[in-house]
Amino acid sequence: MAALLEMRGLRAFYGQTQALYDIDLAVEQGGVTAVLGANGAGKTTLLRALCAMTRREGEIFFDGEPFAPREAEDAARRGIAHAPDGRGTFLDLTVDENLRLGAYTRRDRAGVARDLRRAFDYFPRLEERRGQQAGTLSGGEQQMLAISRALMLRPRLLLLDEPSFGLAPLVVKEIFRILAAINREERVSMLIVEQNANLALDLADRAYLLETGRVAFHGASSVVRADESVRRVYLGY
Amino acid sequence: MFAFTHQVLSGLAMGSVYASVALAIVMIYQATRLVNFAQGEMAMFSTYLAWAMIDAGLPYWVAFFLTVVISFVLGAAIERLVIRRFDGAPVLTVVIVFIGLLVIINSLAGWLFTYSIKSFESPFPETARFGAGYISPHEMGAIGVTLAMLALIYVFFRFTPLGLAMRAAAQNPLSARLVGISVGRMLAIGWGLAAAVGAVAGMMAAPIVYLDPNMMGGILLYGFAAALLGGIDNPWGAVIGGFLVGVLENIAGAYLVGAEIKLSVALAIIIGVLVARPSGLFGRVIVTRV
Amino acid sequence: MPDARPAATLEQAGPRRARVAAIGLALVCVLALPFAASGYQTFQFSQVVIYAIALLGLNLLTGFNGQISLGHGAFFGIGGYVAAILIVKFGVPYGVAIPIAGAVCFGAGFLFGLPALRLGGLYLALATFALAVATPQLLKFKAFDAYTGGVQGLLLSKPKAPLGLPLTRDQWLYFLCLGCAIPLFWAAANLVHSRIGRALVAIRDHPIAAETMGVDAALYKTTTFGISAAYTGVAGALMSLIVGFVSPDSFGLFLSLSLLVGIVVGGLASIPGVVVGALFIEFTPNIADRISDVLGESAKAMPWAIYGVLLILIMYAAPSGAAGAAKRVARAAQRLRGG
Repeated sequence: MAALLEMRGLRAFYGQTQALYDIDLAVEQGGVTAVLGANGAGKTTLLRALCAMTRREGEIFFDGEPFAPREAEDAARRGIAHAPDGRGTFLDLTVDENLRLGAYTRRDRAGVARDLRRAFDYFPRLEERRGQQAGTLSGGEQQMLAISRALMLRPRLLLLDEPSFGLAPLVVKEIFRILAAINREERVSMLIVEQNANLALDLADRAYLLETGRVAFHGASSVVRADESVRRVYLGY
Repeated sequence: MFAFTHQVLSGLAMGSVYASVALAIVMIYQATRLVNFAQGEMAMFSTYLAWAMIDAGLPYWVAFFLTVVISFVLGAAIERLVIRRFDGAPVLTVVIVFIGLLVIINSLAGWLFTYSIKSFESPFPETARFGAGYISPHEMGAIGVTLAMLALIYVFFRFTPLGLAMRAAAQNPLSARLVGISVGRMLAIGWGLAAAVGAVAGMMAAPIVYLDPNMMGGILLYGFAAALLGGIDNPWGAVIGGFLVGVLENIAGAYLVGAEIKLSVALAIIIGVLVARPSGLFGRVIVTRV
Repeated sequence: MPDARPAATLEQAGPRRARVAAIGLALVCVLALPFAASGYQTFQFSQVVIYAIALLGLNLLTGFNGQISLGHGAFFGIGGYVAAILIVKFGVPYGVAIPIAGAVCFGAGFLFGLPALRLGGLYLALATFALAVATPQLLKFKAFDAYTGGVQGLLLSKPKAPLGLPLTRDQWLYFLCLGCAIPLFWAAANLVHSRIGRALVAIRDHPIAAETMGVDAALYKTTTFGISAAYTGVAGALMSLIVGFVSPDSFGLFLSLSLLVGIVVGGLASIPGVVVGALFIEFTPNIADRISDVLGESAKAMPWAIYGVLLILIMYAAPSGAAGAAKRVARAAQRLRGG
């Protein structure tokens, strides 16, 4: 079966500066792929390039078809939901409004209502804060909101940029547990960029290690986890 | 006492015009961080269109409705064809473009409709059934129409999916794109709405100030004053500011500075707000990180 | 690559000689003009000189220092009125009235520049726009009617040539304007190419960096506002002399916008460009008049339609106006020659 997402020779640029060099990467149908690496390795750039948020060259295939987004909204329309770094919350809108915006591209009212229900089932705290302004939520809650909003798209592929960033360990564990459940139950494929290599490798079945814009190592997450240098540099043991 | 009440009430009537203009300014500012210097001319041109339709025999409210729709289309077209090409340009460049629009629309009106002053009928009957001289039927009607329009706009933004999408696009264009909103289209619609609101303002003002290509200059100034007073990123502020400024204008004109230099009141408000409290009464204080 | 230097100096000598010759020719034309042209034409070219001075003032502020003014017509009017009032009401000789008008405008500009310090580009544009719209009304303020002449304004008599020189009034006034313009241009050019000028540009382009490097931005900005207003005020004073009257409605929004058009067309931050801009705003209404004589009534509307379209086109295609275009042509010509 063809991979859901495939990048071949992806190069990305910020203005004149090149940030990614010849990236080959794949996300399997129903799978979770993790992208690891230090700060500045190009992980966020990868997700940005995928959503036409920065200049790119190279080929992308989504569901076997060529995918060449020109604007960020093209990604959403194709079924790729992006929970960006910094969460991207609409701070002045309510939690409810944030979630409804996630479903902007959808026409099926009943389906949207069901998905809203499911989001609250995964994240009961969001339901408690439904009518609140999103800017008043805690960091963890905003991350939950970001993930839920992305799910409201009913995406084929969920892009997650550093979901653990700035969050307490307990909260992060909770979030990753739910992500695993979502992947299992909703069969949403995921591409997750993370600095917390441990958690990411637990969740993912494949992993790529980026170093200064290049893929330094990749494979099944068990293989990546077992590799000596990866363990020492990124896992700390 | 009668005179004072009358000044306040007719101040509210012009204030409703200022409130509409201020709202249009704020709508565009919220979405683009730009001040539409051509807002007044756009409203004036719309009013001329209405005049032409009425002159051709159309009933007032039909012309009113058509003008609002056409203004919406023209506003969206201006955004799409002109403004969008200067996305990201330096402030001076954009200001110059707005001025260019201002003078083009002004001269277009002068060319198509001549510079002679025309009278514009009020749809509200001359004979006052109530108000007893405190307030004319048109002034009351203007306030009513403005309030109805403001209510519609509020409902639109608060309760419709498109209104929600537009708010989102204005607040956080990047995140809006990520959920599939076409920010460009939202901008065009925003401009269209602002143009429509301005058209209503012009049509309510024309019976009071008479129709000529330069009718909106002073009104725009008051619109700016109102928008700044209320907080240039706050639509509620714009509306409250508009009514406030309308009343202030009349009171100051009647009791303080004399009617012929009422515009200096607007100037004083603008400079006063910008210097003393740039975020206005209800706006957010923007701190720029160095 | 062969040693390019001797060839370069030889290359430069040619164009330099041509440039000197061109300037010399222009100078001769400018000085001979009032004797070759009719009285009215001389009057028109006096206006060109006056507009050039006014545009120079505006360009110093907006082009070089980045402070957007949509209201310079106000200073033009203040200058015109101060001079007129001094001459008509107080019998001050015009030779004294003009500099006083300039000084008053310097003060007005400086004072306006103080609150303007807190206003970023867009808000300053807004405030000056308000000033432009409110100016005619301010000039009609009843309390000052005795001095300003209220709605009707003031009439001045056009001065005769002094010392019994064999010049008509129009010719004398032309040379007067020129005589004022030359030192003003010289001063502006020196200012722009000096350390102060560089500081102004730095404030325009990198305001925060400029401050951290010790440039007292506040002082520079308010002083520039003052100087800019003074230039435009002197222009206004000269205009009141050559036109022979001042009235409130001639100093409205569209005067300020004409000045803006002038610096955009001529080229923002270009001193030679203001001459092109002045020629443009002086003669476009005439040409438009002539065209509409053929096409019909639209006389009043046409120049502004042209201005508006030009503003947008120039911002889109050639943001540095005529001066920028001329530089590009010169560079292209040089490349063709140097091959």
